[in-house]
Parts: sequence; C-alpha cells; structure tokens
Amino acid sequence: MTVPRLIRFVLNGRPVSAQVMPHETVVEMLTQQFDLRGARESCGQGLCGCCTVHLNGKPVSGCLQLAALIDGGRIDTVEGLEKGRQLDPVQQAFIDAGAFQCGFCTPGFIMMTKSLLAEHPDPSDDEIRHYLTGNLCRCSAYPEIIEAVRLAARRTAQAPLAMAGGAA
Amino acid sequence: MVTLASRNIGASIPRLEAREKVTGRADYVHHLRLPGMLHGKIFRSTLPHARIKSIDTSAAAAVEGVYRVVTIDDIRTVIPHPYYGPAFHDQPVLADGKVRFAGEPVAVVLAQDRHVAEVAAGLITAEYEELPYVEDEVEALRGEVMVHDELRPAHTFADLKYLQGRKGTNVALDYKLRRGDVAAGFAKADRIFEHTFRAQPVMHTPMEPFVSIADVADGRVTLHTASQGPSFVRIEIARLLGWPENRVRVKVPYLGGGFGGKLYIKLEALVTALSLLVERPVKISLTMEEQFFMVTRHACTFNIKSGVMNDGRIVARHCEVIWNGGAYADIGPRVTQKAGFTSAGPYDIENVAIESYAVYTNRPPAGALRGFGAPQTAWAYECHMDMIAEELGLDKVEFRRINLLREGRPQASGTPMKDAALDKALEHVADRLNWSAPFDRGSGCIRRGRGLAIGFKGITSPTTSVAVVNLFGDGSCALYIGTVDMGQGSDTVMAQIAAEVLDIGAASIRVIHSDTDVTPYDMGTLGSRSTFHMGTAVRLAAEDAKRKIEALAAELGLPPRSNAPLSELFKRKYGMQAGNIIGTATFIPDYQKPDADGQSTKATPFWGVGAAGAEVEIDMETGQLTILRLINVADVGTALNPRLVRAQLSGAAIMQLGFTTTEHMVFRDGQLTNGSLADYKIPSLLDMPREFISEWVESRQDSGPFGAKGAGESTTIALSPAIGNAIADAIGVHITDLPLTPEKIFRAIRQAAGAPLPGE
Repeated sequence: MTVPRLIRFVLNGRPVSAQVMPHETVVEMLTQQFDLRGARESCGQGLCGCCTVHLNGKPVSGCLQLAALIDGGRIDTVEGLEKGRQLDPVQQAFIDAGAFQCGFCTPGFIMMTKSLLAEHPDPSDDEIRHYLTGNLCRCSAYPEIIEAVRLAARRTAQAPLAMAGGAA
Repeated sequence: MVTLASRNIGASIPRLEAREKVTGRADYVHHLRLPGMLHGKIFRSTLPHARIKSIDTSAAAAVEGVYRVVTIDDIRTVIPHPYYGPAFHDQPVLADGKVRFAGEPVAVVLAQDRHVAEVAAGLITAEYEELPYVEDEVEALRGEVMVHDELRPAHTFADLKYLQGRKGTNVALDYKLRRGDVAAGFAKADRIFEHTFRAQPVMHTPMEPFVSIADVADGRVTLHTASQGPSFVRIEIARLLGWPENRVRVKVPYLGGGFGGKLYIKLEALVTALSLLVERPVKISLTMEEQFFMVTRHACTFNIKSGVMNDGRIVARHCEVIWNGGAYADIGPRVTQKAGFTSAGPYDIENVAIESYAVYTNRPPAGALRGFGAPQTAWAYECHMDMIAEELGLDKVEFRRINLLREGRPQASGTPMKDAALDKALEHVADRLNWSAPFDRGSGCIRRGRGLAIGFKGITSPTTSVAVVNLFGDGSCALYIGTVDMGQGSDTVMAQIAAEVLDIGAASIRVIHSDTDVTPYDMGTLGSRSTFHMGTAVRLAAEDAKRKIEALAAELGLPPRSNAPLSELFKRKYGMQAGNIIGTATFIPDYQKPDADGQSTKATPFWGVGAAGAEVEIDMETGQLTILRLINVADVGTALNPRLVRAQLSGAAIMQLGFTTTEHMVFRDGQLTNGSLADYKIPSLLDMPREFISEWVESRQDSGPFGAKGAGESTTIALSPAIGNAIADAIGVHITDLPLTPEKIFRAIRQAAGAPLPGE
C-alpha cells in the first residue's frame, strides 16, 4: 500500500504544502488539490506542452514531473501571471494577436513564451519557432502565436521605461 | 441620410472569452469533478475481429478501491438494446459477443481513483476465437469477410431515411449520381484518362481528449460532455433509455478542439449506462493514445476516369469512391453521400457517373473530420486534372478555366452554382503564384516545382437551427444557442450578428452555452453550417425581438422610432426594472431530396470553395520536401469577423498540411502501430511554411446572414493536391497515395529514373 507524502513548496509566490502520492504528477496535484486548471494533461508523454509550468524558474512538463520530487521547490503557473486584474504582457499579446482558438494549449504556450522572453528578450522568428516547437496547437494558431510573441517582446522591452517614468 | 459603417459586421472583435482562455480559467469538461464521481477505465480488444469466448474480471474486481467492473451483460440490464449511432444503430455500448476492431471497448473498471481503475483494467483478461478480418476498403467492398451479420439503419436524420438494413455485405451505403450519358460521353471523347488515388487514415487529435460525465439521479440524467452536437446526444440518449427528451440534459462548456471528432455520440452512451448502473456520477476521460480508437478520418480509394476532347473540354467523368468506414458506420454514410456528390470536382461536365461506397472494415470507426470527405476527393480529382493537362500539353490553369463551373451552371447534381466564387479563387491563386511569369526550377540535386488546385463542397442539408434572444429588464441581452464554441469563435460571431440587428455592441452580449434544458435545438456544430444556419436563426430571432420592442413602444403610446431605451420601456410597462422580451426563430434552408439519379435543384444551401497554391523544393538525393510558399484562398462570402476568418482559414490549412505530409495511422496485422503523439506527427511551429498566405476573395452569399457563409473547412479541400502537383512539377512524376513523405517522394524519384528501391 502506497502512502502519501507531505511536501512543501512555493506556488505562485505563496508557501504551500500538500499530501501527494508517489505516482502523482505536478499537473494532477495542481488540478486536484489547488484547483488550478491552466496546466492540463493532453498527450501524457511530455510531447505537447499543454501542461507546461515553471519549476524553479524553468519550464517543465507537469504531466511527467512527479509532485513528490518538487519538495522545497518553486512552481509558477499561468494563474500566477496576473497582477491584480492586470494581465501579463504575454497574456495581453496573445489576446491582441488572436493567438488561440480553442484555448486548451494556450496556458502552456504562454508559460513557454515567458521563458523564451526571459532568455531571449528580442527573439528572431527562428528562435521563436525553435523554442516553442515543443508546444502543439491543433487549431494551428501558429501564425498568430508568432505575432503574439513579437508583440509581447516589443511591449516587454518598452515596459521597464514606462515603469521608471511612472515611479518618477 | 448618413449610413454609418457597422460596428459589428466586418469588425475583428476579439473573442468574447479571450480573457478566460489566457488565464487558464475557461471551462472544459476535462476539469470537471462532481461529488461522489467515479472514474471509468476502458479495457480494450487486442484483436481486429474475434468472437469473445469469455471475459475474466475477477482480478480487477478484487483490487482495493475498485467499485465495479462492467461488461455488456451489465449494460443490458439498464439499456435493453445497447446499440447506437447516427446512421446505423450498429455500435454496441461495449463489445457484445464479438469485437470488430483492435482497440474496441470490451469492459470498464469503475473506481474513485483513476489510477486504481487503470491498474485494475490491466488485470482483465479476455479469451477470443479469432475470426478473419478485413482492413482494406477495396477488399471489404468485394465482401469475403463480413464485419456485421446484418446492418441496422437508424432513422434519425431526414436525409438518411432511405437506408435499409442489408445482409451479406460490408457496404453500408452506396450512393449513385447520374448526369447525362456517361457511356456516350466517353465514346465521343478524343482521349480517356484513368487513375487511382488513395488517402490514408488520420485522426482529429484534439488537444482536449474525448471526455464525458453522466450523472443519473431522480429519474433524470445530466451529461457534461465535450460534444459538438448536444441536441443529437440528447435525442440518442433518450432513445436508448426510452425516456422523453426532457429527462435528458446535455451541457457543453468550451471544447478543447473538435474538428468533427466530437460529433453525434461517442462516450455518452457508455457513461450514461455506467451512471445508471452505479447511481453515481461517472467520468471517462480518454488518453491521447485512446483517442485513436474513438474515431478517425476515412481512408479512401478513388478510381477516376475522364473523357476529354483535344481542345481540353472534359465531356465525361466516372468516379468510383470507396470509403473505409471502419467497424461502425458513425456518420460515414453521410460522408459517402456528401463528398460523393461533389467528387467529379468543380467542373462543368455534361456526362457524369458517380458511385460512392461506405464500407465496413475491421478498423477503428471513421466519421466526420473537417472537410467531410471533400479533401480526399479533391486529392484525386485535382491531381487527375494536372495529369491530364500534362498529357494534353495544356497549361494547368487554362485547362481548369476551360472546364470550371461558372455561376448559374448546374453542378453534377443539377443544383445550380450560386454565390460560388470558383473563378475568383482560381485566378487569385494563379496571381499569387505569378503563374504566367517564368519560374526558377532549381538545378542539381535541388529541384523546384509549383502546383495549384481548386475544390468545393456541398453542405449537409436539410438541417435546423433554433435561436433565442433574451432581453432583460435593464435592456441587456443574452443569446441562447446550441452552437458549441470549440475554438472557431462562434460565440463572438453570433453575438456580432445579434448585435448588428439590435444596434448594440457585440461584446456586451452574453452567449449562453449549450444546455439542452435551456438552449434550443441545433443539429450540430459541423460541416461549416453554423455561421449560415445558426447565424440566420440568430438574425431572425434578433429581428423578432426588435419587432416586439417596437410593439411594446407602440403599446406604451410612444411614436415610431422614438428610440426610448428598452429599460425605460420596461419601467413604464411594469413600474420597475422587470420583464423580458424574448425573440426566437427557427431556420431550415430549402432542400429538395435527390431523385434516384442523385439529381436535385436544391442539394446544398451554399457552396464551400477553396483553392490552394504551393511552391516546393525537393532534395533529389533524399526526397526531402520543403514547402517554400503555401497560398490558401477561400470564398467565405462576407467575412463577418476578418481576424476569426483568417484564423479559420490558416488553421484548417495547417491541419490539412499535417494530413498531407506527416500524419498517417499505420496498421499492421490489424493493429494500430503509431497511436500516440510520439509516433503520430501533427504540425508544429517548425512545420509552418516560410511564406504562408491565407486570404479570401471578394464575394457575397446572398442567402447568408449579412452575406456570410461557413469558413471552417474551405482551405482543407485543395491543399493536398496543390502540394502533390507541385511535387510532381519538381520531380516529373505524380505520387498518388497520401501522405507525401520524403520516403515516398524518394521512391517515386528512383522509380521514374528506372532504378526503383526494393519494396517496403
């Protein structure tokens, strides 16, 4: 008989704990114990990116990551992106570019785009394609996704200036 | 008087649900959990065709946490005749004595923990007596191995009523069309060309896998299901249970993709039976791997023969189309009819004969998939067109111009072409390809080619949509429709239509999602029908509401066009914020049932039109295919929401690009060998052609809402043959079987060079 294990971690900036079974994945834990639905299992093999979350700042497939192993770590999900009612620039860019249809893969793309822009603030089209190729969109909103990433990159580049202006 | 431009029609209004989708909060059945809910895990057949001798569920039932293990014998205690389907009542809720494809559901384990259910399902064993099986549609047509002993037609849809039960055949439906005298046409032709084309089985692969929950309580069942057709689900579940429709409630939130897969009835009968048995809510969520056993797109063999005059006029065409329907008919008979009737292509041919066969085989069932058979038929007739043009030494665009169906001319069924911009679409693609300019064909081991194609489709008819517009005491508006938003943006477009009539902003309208206790009947979200059918019903319902507002104003003694706000009218009428105005309308287009020769002057309410052009580069030493440019052009009538229309056109094209170049359900010995995303390759960002254009031509569908028609499938139709023709242009030989893989291209190159590679 398998027994659950207590883990502690930081979820979207808040310290939390959970009792998890040894076979329980991060995406199962997030859905069932924290009612967070943005990361979702689709292929179950780490091949589609629908379950993408950030573990200690790096994107991972939540369907392959065992929850018991994240003890002491930090998980960030799409639900943590909003600042109050203010959408993250990447979320807003996905809306403005029309970069989704059914929306099922969208949180995964948004989380992967956050990582992309953290590593490459001004990505070329090739960098966008290669970085996001592990995320699949069957509605194939790919042209609009590329547009959204470019838009988010432009706005993120301008954002620090705007904030500095606001502070002064 | 000044006419202001519309703020709703032709405006790229963002999706109403955009914020829910980028925050991860949008509702999908995928996430739904109900108190006391059990998870079901399916135990599946390992053989393509066999008699079940015994099923041993004892080890599974003994697993701690297993609530119950269910076979067809249990199902029969709650549903005496547990067979379902839209065209035939041929599919058992669980295998009944026989299995007819490898992967067919045989038993279900129920447990509160889905992992427990999964482990226990792995402990079930079944003993089978193997039977000969048939996989190929042509072989199945000959009928040496029978998939079903007797065919059981359903009578759910008006256009399938004439289907009769048959014995000793695998042919579920044979559709025929005759126009003119095809034998005489061939007799007078200067040249006759005959080719065979094949399209492979593929799968919808929605990112939200199939999922349904049934909750039976107090003599009622509530289904929460990822379905494109809630009205049909209610009717079919009510029929299975022998209950009135008002005891069956079907609710559908957003869908994580559908593409035709989530139509008619899929897991709904099974979860309903399970919930009836255990009197608790039951959820079944398929894995991505299991989706390949649910429903697929028809593989197809198409024998096409044309009689052509030396000047390029086609005078006779004979089409024999054989559809691999798999083990259960699903909606295959209708695919067979609808794609059959346009299978001679968008050409003005005096003498046409079409035979189109829905054939049972021992493969997973095939049903509707974006394009509804039109892409498979266009693959054949448009490659055939290029092959003929090459033989006759005619320019490929000119050859199509000579034969194209022009406005007002009768299509093969006798239905006149109306508002079908075939000519504009063809010319637009030719322009985009700079067809008349010289083309760099490459050199050495890199060769370039270009190709184009055009196709069309009829729309399933007759079908009904009902809409309700509800105006509340403060004048705000809700729209009640059965159209399911699975990503195409129907919520937004329907709100735009209602808003245009009511002269309000679309974003202020609340669209109520499918709930058959609340939303009225709709035949289904399928076949490019929603914008035209439901869009018209919404327009009429909004006009009905508007008339009622005017009547209320008159009743209150206000002069016509007083423009008093509705909230004021309600206040005057009721003395407070109260009341409703409810506008409603039903739309069903004119239809004339085809005669014995498939002739009808009203076979389709409108025509879907798509054209495509491709420029490709082939590495002659490896067969590697690079698509340099891909041009997709459709006739959508008025583009009600240009951004959403473009997304539909490009999304449909990229999906079809997968079906053209990489996707293929590969079977060996009756077994699917590549049923997972690890081995079944759908397009990713890296598969996008560098230059990818999706456009529509100037056009108007007079009978559609504000001139619009459906846009979700048009660009699926001509894409495969455009790429196939471009490859042939580069390598000098036509490949006739999809998909167009580097291996197949390389084999064709070697074959053409007289140095064929050894067989597979």
